[in-house]
Amino acid sequence: MTQPDPVTRPDAPAMTGLAGWVEARLPVISAFRAEYIDFRLPRNLNGLWNFGAILTVVLLLMLATGIFLAMNYTPTNAGAFLSVEAIDRQLAGGWLLRAMHMTGANLFLAALYIHLFRGLYYGSYKAPRELLWLSGLVLLLLVMATAFAGYMLPWGQMSYWGADVITKAVGAVPGIGPELEHIMAGGDHLGDVFLHHFFVLHFLLAFVIVAVVGLHVTLVHVSGSNNPLGIEPRTPKDTVPFYPYYISKDLVGLILFAMVFTALMFFWPNVLIEADNYTPADPMHTPADIEPEWYFLPFYGLLQSVPSKFGGLLASAASLLILFALPWLDRSPVRSMRFRPLCRIGLFGLVAAFILLAAAGKHHAQGGWLIVARLAGIYYFSYFVVLLPLVSRREKTRPLPSSIFAAEGKR
Amino acid sequence: MPTHIYRPVAGLLIALSLSGAALASEPDKAPPHQAWGFEGPLGQYDQNSLQRGFIVFQHVCSTCHGMRNLTYADLAGIGLTQQQIAETAKIKPQPGAPDAAGQPTMRPGLPDDHLNSPFPNDAAAAAMMGGIAPPDQSRLAITHPGGPDWLYAFLTGYRMPPPADAPVVPGKFYNDWVAGHMIGMPPPLMNGMIQYPDGTPATVEQQARDITTFLVWASDPHRNERHSIGKAVMAYLIVLLALAIAWKRKIWKRLKTQ
Repeated sequence: MTQPDPVTRPDAPAMTGLAGWVEARLPVISAFRAEYIDFRLPRNLNGLWNFGAILTVVLLLMLATGIFLAMNYTPTNAGAFLSVEAIDRQLAGGWLLRAMHMTGANLFLAALYIHLFRGLYYGSYKAPRELLWLSGLVLLLLVMATAFAGYMLPWGQMSYWGADVITKAVGAVPGIGPELEHIMAGGDHLGDVFLHHFFVLHFLLAFVIVAVVGLHVTLVHVSGSNNPLGIEPRTPKDTVPFYPYYISKDLVGLILFAMVFTALMFFWPNVLIEADNYTPADPMHTPADIEPEWYFLPFYGLLQSVPSKFGGLLASAASLLILFALPWLDRSPVRSMRFRPLCRIGLFGLVAAFILLAAAGKHHAQGGWLIVARLAGIYYFSYFVVLLPLVSRREKTRPLPSSIFAAEGKR
Repeated sequence: MPTHIYRPVAGLLIALSLSGAALASEPDKAPPHQAWGFEGPLGQYDQNSLQRGFIVFQHVCSTCHGMRNLTYADLAGIGLTQQQIAETAKIKPQPGAPDAAGQPTMRPGLPDDHLNSPFPNDAAAAAMMGGIAPPDQSRLAITHPGGPDWLYAFLTGYRMPPPADAPVVPGKFYNDWVAGHMIGMPPPLMNGMIQYPDGTPATVEQQARDITTFLVWASDPHRNERHSIGKAVMAYLIVLLALAIAWKRKIWKRLKTQ
């Protein structure tokens, strides 16, 4: 991206006083101006590009609320459930903090899935954005781990039995499984040590995420944003500066997102609440229906669709790991699915397979759902290893516009 | 059309409605829906009903069920004054510091004490109550399937005497809304067994409504506040959205005139 030199920029106000003093020693002010005011983005970004800003804001909200929750939480077998109850009932404003943190966790994952879909649809993983894509996938894994660790902390029935399912799944790894299970569970029984581990991990990973987000944002500022057409901007006419164009657009997106957030948090909290988790963890009493949070359901469906426990674990892990190879599996020079009719249908099939896997997970892959889960699982993997590598070479793509500006003019 | 054609149809309909009635007594069927003021995205608890419900809780439920996650101070949420809370807490003795001789002592309850549980622990409760500990009621309205509608149906669903075909089990009572229709918990409510200070007739149905409302409040104590804050936040966001859209349009219009 072309960045105007802040020193020679004619309309840049001369920095005097404290600002000038700081700028001379650490050029943060000119850097901020270059990256967040003058920074040029393709002029045709649609609403799906709002989710980067949305995720950043939700992350900050999670940190702000999480720190206050952590100050009032007790990571022990006997104290965890009661301390969360005390936050909800006796701590002034605690219920509001906790509601924000819970709603935030759910909508963070929801926004992340949309953000990921946008990358898949517009080919944002292709050169020169491979590292950007990989850093995003690292974030996805970190967020999933953090969400899982966080879900353990209230130590209700679902926390406990979710931990039981996962530690036993880890125990199915051949050879080192039992050792891993012992380390993860923190002993022979899930209790104080397990909760302490996961509390520290939850807290620590939040800040690891902040660091990787820094890397992710730096990478997008180096390579520039992709756009719905998937062609690189060629002239200044193809781009607009971040301020005021995308600030104003991100603001609208953020407010719309905040409205969904508000509706769920204040009016329909039951949509996101798992009632069983308000019963304290009880190792003597297995709930009738153990299921993970909705955002893990597709992977849970995959886990259960494979007859062997270890095989299921491999399939779930592979479904995420295969995304790391995507930039090298899809060899088509065309990025955006708008110009790839065949792969476009294939990608919608992938979304359908993901949703079907979630539905199968919800029904524990029993009866007909087992067949659905297996077919959806096979399709999921064949999209990456068969469809993209093979079809992308022979596919007849639609003609690309000569420039973003030219395409915009035609609309 | 001759009437004899209708007869089998009518017979079928009667049979269906009878089987429907039989199904209605199955506990896994959804309890009939009651109209609650606290329902829906904007619902609010009726403070009078909450306070009546607390009277039922104190006189009836709390003799067997705990509500250990609440403190007496939390009762400010149903509109009790600080003085009422202090008085309510005071008559519930709590274990105090050991005396000079090291002997355990009792002290009067304080507002930040948790509500007294009737049994020292679940095992003691189970031993006293015929093998099953009465569940804690702090979150009962959330965790029990069917929620408030089930609570109401259950509390008004005892049948005395039980239906003729029901098995007679000593120490068990017949209720339409529990699995197997038999439960160790005796019918807790009776007409006029308590007197409401506000003069509301204490019928079984009225008591069931009030205690259900109180239990829903205990499970979700901030609902009134949550709904009213939510309305204000949403109104604010609507105004903000209108302004943001206007600003965005004004800015992006520049590109069209280029």
